[in-house]
Amino acid sequence: MTGLRFSWRRANAVIGGALLAVILFAAAIAVVWTPFDPLGINLRARYAPPSWLRPFGADEFGRDVLSRAMAGALTSTSVALLTVAFAVICGTALGLVTGYLRGWTDRAIMMVNDALLAFPGILLALGLMAVIGPNRYGIVLALGIAYTPSVVRVVRGTVLSIREREYVEASRVLGNGEIYTMLRHVLPNAFAPLAVLATSMFGWVILSESALSFLGLGVPPPAPTWGNMLAAARPYLESAPWLGITPGLCIAATLLGINLLGDALRDKLDPRMAG
Amino acid sequence: MGRYLLGRLLTTIPTLLLVSFSVFVLIRLVPGDPIVLMLGDAADAETVRGIREAYGLEEPIYVQFGLWLLKAISGDLGHSISNGAAVAPLILDRFQVSASIVLIAVLVAASISVPLGMIAAWRQNSLTDILVVGGATLLLSLPSFWLGLLLLLLFGLKLGWVPVVGYVSFAENWQGALTYILLPTVTLILIEIGVVTRMARASTVEVLRLEYITHARAKGVSEASVLMRHALPNAFAPTWTLLGLVLGNLLGGIAVVETVFTLPGLGRLLVDAIFARDYPIIQGCMLFTAFLYVIVNLLVDLCYPLFDPRVMAE
Repeated sequence: MTGLRFSWRRANAVIGGALLAVILFAAAIAVVWTPFDPLGINLRARYAPPSWLRPFGADEFGRDVLSRAMAGALTSTSVALLTVAFAVICGTALGLVTGYLRGWTDRAIMMVNDALLAFPGILLALGLMAVIGPNRYGIVLALGIAYTPSVVRVVRGTVLSIREREYVEASRVLGNGEIYTMLRHVLPNAFAPLAVLATSMFGWVILSESALSFLGLGVPPPAPTWGNMLAAARPYLESAPWLGITPGLCIAATLLGINLLGDALRDKLDPRMAG
Repeated sequence: MGRYLLGRLLTTIPTLLLVSFSVFVLIRLVPGDPIVLMLGDAADAETVRGIREAYGLEEPIYVQFGLWLLKAISGDLGHSISNGAAVAPLILDRFQVSASIVLIAVLVAASISVPLGMIAAWRQNSLTDILVVGGATLLLSLPSFWLGLLLLLLFGLKLGWVPVVGYVSFAENWQGALTYILLPTVTLILIEIGVVTRMARASTVEVLRLEYITHARAKGVSEASVLMRHALPNAFAPTWTLLGLVLGNLLGGIAVVETVFTLPGLGRLLVDAIFARDYPIIQGCMLFTAFLYVIVNLLVDLCYPLFDPRVMAE
């Protein structure tokens, strides 16, 4: 049984890793090169179906879909990385502070935290985008704020469960400062749950960003993202289906990669679930 | 029993207050003076101040919040800036559309997913298990708006089985209404089957490993009875909690599916209001959806002891 289980987990990790590697590789290449200019309008290539020259066809302005999907990969993954970094850094800082200080500071921060957690799905991000207005950095801020509370929860929980342990006490007795003790001895305990959370969060952010861009509230056109490419493809669904298939496939491949990798990671870090 | 229910009820009140305060503050973060926005640049300072006073905007913020909340509770969410319509009836009207899709989707998804997840857990690591988990993970990874577009392309445009755009309410023509909500509902069902099946499987796997299950098997109880009578009651509790979260998340993110299928639901109302900068509607939609989410989760928690009596023992 264990042998089968082990290979099953490995298969998850390999397939997930491969899918993500393809997407990240495409995004990395898009930094320096795309087959065509992702914003370059070419009226002669309007609605060009997939061909050897343009493997994913061209859109209503004759822009190459592969180039746009690659540029979109760069936008989506960089937005997601920035957002996750924002949420993890802010959330860890707040979680450490609340878990360490306790008292009314803790209660105040956790009150705000719980209030933000009480908003379902992307509703909070939608509301924040209404205030900030659609732009690339606005979306990082909106999604970052929306996802910070779950990080605060995880870090605070770890701090509360660890702060009274003997080895933490020992560090204090040795004369180490509180901040040093927190960072050196308490925080590493939050690493495993944070890694699992950050992995899934990367997927949620990719999905939320494409949903917001799909609604026209994310990264504004003409800059390509998978979400706004899908939105633009809607009117041409029947006449040029390749416009709608490519960006959706990119989102799905990224999410599947993340989910499989997340499963493998969870299995590894949480042996309780292993069969 | 009573203490658990009462405690859970009481914790809801501060949450609701905080959520409404967040919504209230959020809208006030919008750059620019709402009155100047309303009147345009031409308005002179004296008129602006007069209207600010009339709207109570010169009061301290907590007084404003209190007054706003009292009105909101009594069902007055203000009026739309763009057409002056009362916000609360508008929200309720649009909510019916979203609620019918989401409720049906969660019910159907749950009744498919729970047995599926349990069978996968019962046959852990078998081919069935791998197929179910793989399929669920695949469904989980599809963005709802893309799956919706694909279904629309296939069943609406290619096969012509269902109408592509439009909506009629159930009151007008229920058969017609069904054809319009069929694809959006199927989209949500497929997406949610992924989430719920994985949860049902994971919790069943944990339960099947417990000693009382081994005991039941040793007694010679049939496998069907082990699953239905012994495993299901304990394995269902986490899934039940998840269903509340799923319901809320669907309502929070329903706008994308409503956009794909051009349904006049609550999500679309919110997004259109964001484009029109119609802040009373934005505020109303956010408040309503967040309240609904808190209340749905409250109801889920209140029913939780039915599935897991242990919480009462504490």
